[in-house]
Amino acid sequence: MHETDLAVIGSGPAGMAAAAEAAGLGLRVALFDDQPRPGGQAYRDVDRVGPMRGAVLGPDFVEGRRLTAALDDPRISHLGGAGVWAIEPGFTICYSQAGEARLLRARRVLLATGALERPMPVPGWTLPGVMTAGAGQILLKQAGLVPRRSVLVGTGPLLYLFAVQMVRAGINPAALIETQTRGDLARALRHMGGLFGGWGYMTEGWRLLRVLQRAGVPRIVGAHEIAIEGEDRAEAVRFRRGGAQHRLPCDTVFLHHGVVPNPQAARSLGLDHRWEPRQQCFVPVCDAWGEAASAEGGVEGVFVAGDGAGIGGARAAELQGRLAALRIAEGLDRIGNEECDGRAKPLRRQLRRELAVRPFLDAAYPPFAEALRPDDTTMVCRCEEVTAGEIRRAAAQGCPGPNRLKGFLRAGMGPCQGRVCGLAVTQILAEATGQSPDETGYFHIRPPIKPLTLGALAALAETGEAAGTDKTAPGQGDAA
Amino acid sequence: MDSEYAIIGGGVVGLSVAWGLLLRGRRVTVIDGGDAALSASRGNFGLIWVQGKGLTEPRYARWTQRSAAAWGGFAADLALAAGRSVWVEQKGGYDIQFTEAGLETTAARYETLRAALGGDYPFEILDTAALRREEPAIGPRVAGAILHRQDGHADPLGLLAALSEAVRRAGGRVLTGRQVTGVTRNGAFRLTCADGTVLEAGKVVLAAGLGAARLGPAFGFRAPVRPQRGQVLITEKLPRLLNRPSVFARQVPEGGIQIGATNEEVGFDDGVTRSGLARLAADAVAAFPPLARVQLLRSWGALRVMSPDGLPIYQESAAMPGAYLVTCHSGITLAAAHARFLPDWLEGTDAAPNLEVFREDRFNLPVA
Amino acid sequence: MKTVSTFLSLEAPGPRVRVWLDGAPLHLPRGANLAAALLGAGVNTFRGTACSGAPRAPYCMMGACFDCMIEVEGETRQACLLEVAEGMRLTRPGAPGDA
Ligand SMILES: Cc1cc2nc3c(=O)[nH]c(=O)nc-3n(C[C@H](O)[C@H](O)[C@H](O)COP(=O)(O)OP(=O)(O)OC[C@H]3O[C@@H](n4cnc5c(N)ncnc54)[C@H](O)[C@@H]3O)c2cc1C
Ligand code: FES
Repeated sequence: MHETDLAVIGSGPAGMAAAAEAAGLGLRVALFDDQPRPGGQAYRDVDRVGPMRGAVLGPDFVEGRRLTAALDDPRISHLGGAGVWAIEPGFTICYSQAGEARLLRARRVLLATGALERPMPVPGWTLPGVMTAGAGQILLKQAGLVPRRSVLVGTGPLLYLFAVQMVRAGINPAALIETQTRGDLARALRHMGGLFGGWGYMTEGWRLLRVLQRAGVPRIVGAHEIAIEGEDRAEAVRFRRGGAQHRLPCDTVFLHHGVVPNPQAARSLGLDHRWEPRQQCFVPVCDAWGEAASAEGGVEGVFVAGDGAGIGGARAAELQGRLAALRIAEGLDRIGNEECDGRAKPLRRQLRRELAVRPFLDAAYPPFAEALRPDDTTMVCRCEEVTAGEIRRAAAQGCPGPNRLKGFLRAGMGPCQGRVCGLAVTQILAEATGQSPDETGYFHIRPPIKPLTLGALAALAETGEAAGTDKTAPGQGDAA
Repeated sequence: MDSEYAIIGGGVVGLSVAWGLLLRGRRVTVIDGGDAALSASRGNFGLIWVQGKGLTEPRYARWTQRSAAAWGGFAADLALAAGRSVWVEQKGGYDIQFTEAGLETTAARYETLRAALGGDYPFEILDTAALRREEPAIGPRVAGAILHRQDGHADPLGLLAALSEAVRRAGGRVLTGRQVTGVTRNGAFRLTCADGTVLEAGKVVLAAGLGAARLGPAFGFRAPVRPQRGQVLITEKLPRLLNRPSVFARQVPEGGIQIGATNEEVGFDDGVTRSGLARLAADAVAAFPPLARVQLLRSWGALRVMSPDGLPIYQESAAMPGAYLVTCHSGITLAAAHARFLPDWLEGTDAAPNLEVFREDRFNLPVA
Repeated sequence: MKTVSTFLSLEAPGPRVRVWLDGAPLHLPRGANLAAALLGAGVNTFRGTACSGAPRAPYCMMGACFDCMIEVEGETRQACLLEVAEGMRLTRPGAPGDA
């Protein structure tokens, strides 16, 4: 089995920056990503973007090339198209690449697996033609595709950025249907006191809105009762604003109401999580370096950086990645304690500035209340087609949490393993049982956290690679 | 008094007994654990399995056969009572063998048991060709299989959901998220839970799975049950590939192929291991080569509730009459017996099955 | 395949290669993200769900939702994690023909 000093899972800004920093300090690094090329979601496939697309996407995007360029270091091996399906304490990274199950030993692990879009269950959200705004951006970044007739629905700065990119590409979205209210903005302005470097973001935000206004993209604020209509694919968005019903025909709908940490890898390692009320999601419990608190009997030496540790955005992710790399290098005796602290200081200062705007953003663009409390007929688990009403009925029958839910319904048991519905399931159950999200808990996540064929897994037994009783995942009850 | 019966444990054993008692008009409360409590009922393999059971104790083989024979009717009644379908298929199952020798040894042991059971043990030996006619997906490394006609499989989570619904509809109470921590007896039983809940009942059935080991002594039981881990895999949903279940692979009604299970003595650790999963995958692929290209969907580990000889324990407490220990490894197989026949034993009717052989004093153990 | 895509391509794509979708030839940009390339070619439904047969198409484009699952050379794969390669044989499990 090959060995390396540091395994970084995820090659977005956090992972790439961490890899470069660690390699610069003399560590051998393996950088894994299930996408074939580095960039992550923020800088997806940035190296292959031509000048025209570059102009549409803007300088912030092309900026990602600085990070991919830094991967050109003999100490870094970038493993593209490599889905990490298990991380064993100690550490052995089990991944599949080119149809094979492969193993790599690493002394430290950094999880830089980024964010997922917050689930936005509204009626009709499973229809073809409905995507996340992040997906829409990826289509633009990676394939240069722009939707002909689209509507953006939800809340948050990402919607503005994406809409502006479409305007620059020459095809305006039909409308922005926003769920936040003027009251949210007023409340958010109270957080302005804490903003220093955050002003940059704010002015950037106003600038985007001005572009949309000049381009004549209609914005509807305070929309509710949102539903997507269509037989076999999206045909229109229906919503209410004030007293009036509206219906906007379209063929693509982009949903977005914030992003949340991708929990799969951290959960599969049994890391402690806590509910973050401001961001309304679970975050792994980490120290200021991103080192995960090791739960009782849990694993040690796991770091988390970037959005996977709590939502901070691409620039914060990069800084967190570098901080984690410093601490890891110190732990492996590549730098001394003082040097580590010294190098960390300016990074921390920048990180504070980057994060200063978050309380404002979180308050100004809160998750869409109706999608946190979908009505009974709305589908929540897309894979197994389970509705919110069925989950509430299970709660009424005494289901105490998401894992026991499997004894009632199949929610979370499909191929996405709860990636899309997990948070919604916890929140619906918590509300129905009157427990906190912390008390309610989350799906137990077991390997494989990425798809793997039985043949590839079986081959490990035959080569003897599977010998021993290496622990692949901590135990908790789960079900057939 | 709240109830005539308090059932501690809302797994498949506790709920089967509870439903059976409710059908006889008893007032029943079931107390069950929270989201993280261990639960074999939520992690098992789902077989209704006769072959191989009771090789050294024909009375266990008979009890198993009796339950398997009752399963179809039990499932139909349960579906009506719960208002939801209860999936079950009993058209035989295989013990697949990779060597001729393995096939012969197993067949010889089954012959002995067949004789002890007076001939009622319908199995046949299928050579590779015969097996391939039944299961076209079988691979060249397989030597053959024993087909036992009384075997079958169910949907364990669907069964659990139906049982809890039926218990509610029959007027039973189910209290979840609670852990029973103590008992006193003063006429009625008084059960106290960790969260402060107190419950009174005339009789108590301790069906707490592995939880019985800790709680048993409070009722005067030895409750010598230990965990034995089984790791299980399930694949993506596929069109029909397997005709009948076997001890290491079955196709569930939704289409996924479930593969299992390891037998490991690792205490209360219910995690999964690479070696365990890889070995299961290798055996499954050797038996059914088309599985090699199928995506693995999930894996899990679950802890079997094992007595020292692997047989059930049915015991009324000598120290606290009216308290019963009911525990077994094969709770799915025995669900029909627990719902239909065990209530007679608890109620002491003339129809009570003779369960002497399952008393816990068969284990020569000091009281804990 | 003559369906008009609901997407427009910003740039003239580079060289195209032939792949097979449900037995019919389709020309996609070589090396492009497979899910994006199919959407760009007007393939609007990727599969029908195993539960109800409801049509699905890419939702997240980042490997999370599994709604882009398609069979590639007989193996179920997430199209949004793959790149287009010459001669790929694709099938859509349970998808209603939307060609
Ligand atoms: C891997 C594996 C494969 C299996 N395959 C099969 C098979 O193919 N066929 C078959 O027939 N059987 C099979 N079994 C066995 C079957 O699952 C068990 O026999 C059955 O689930 C036992 O049910 P139970 O109710 O006793 O225990 P459990 O299902 O463990 O339920 C016990 C319940 O008691 C509760 N509890 C515990 N302590 C307390 C307390 N102090 N207070 C309140 N509540 C408490 C828990 O919360 C839990 O819900 C398998 C088991 C495993 C692990
Ligand atoms: S589109 Fe969601 S996994 Fe590919």
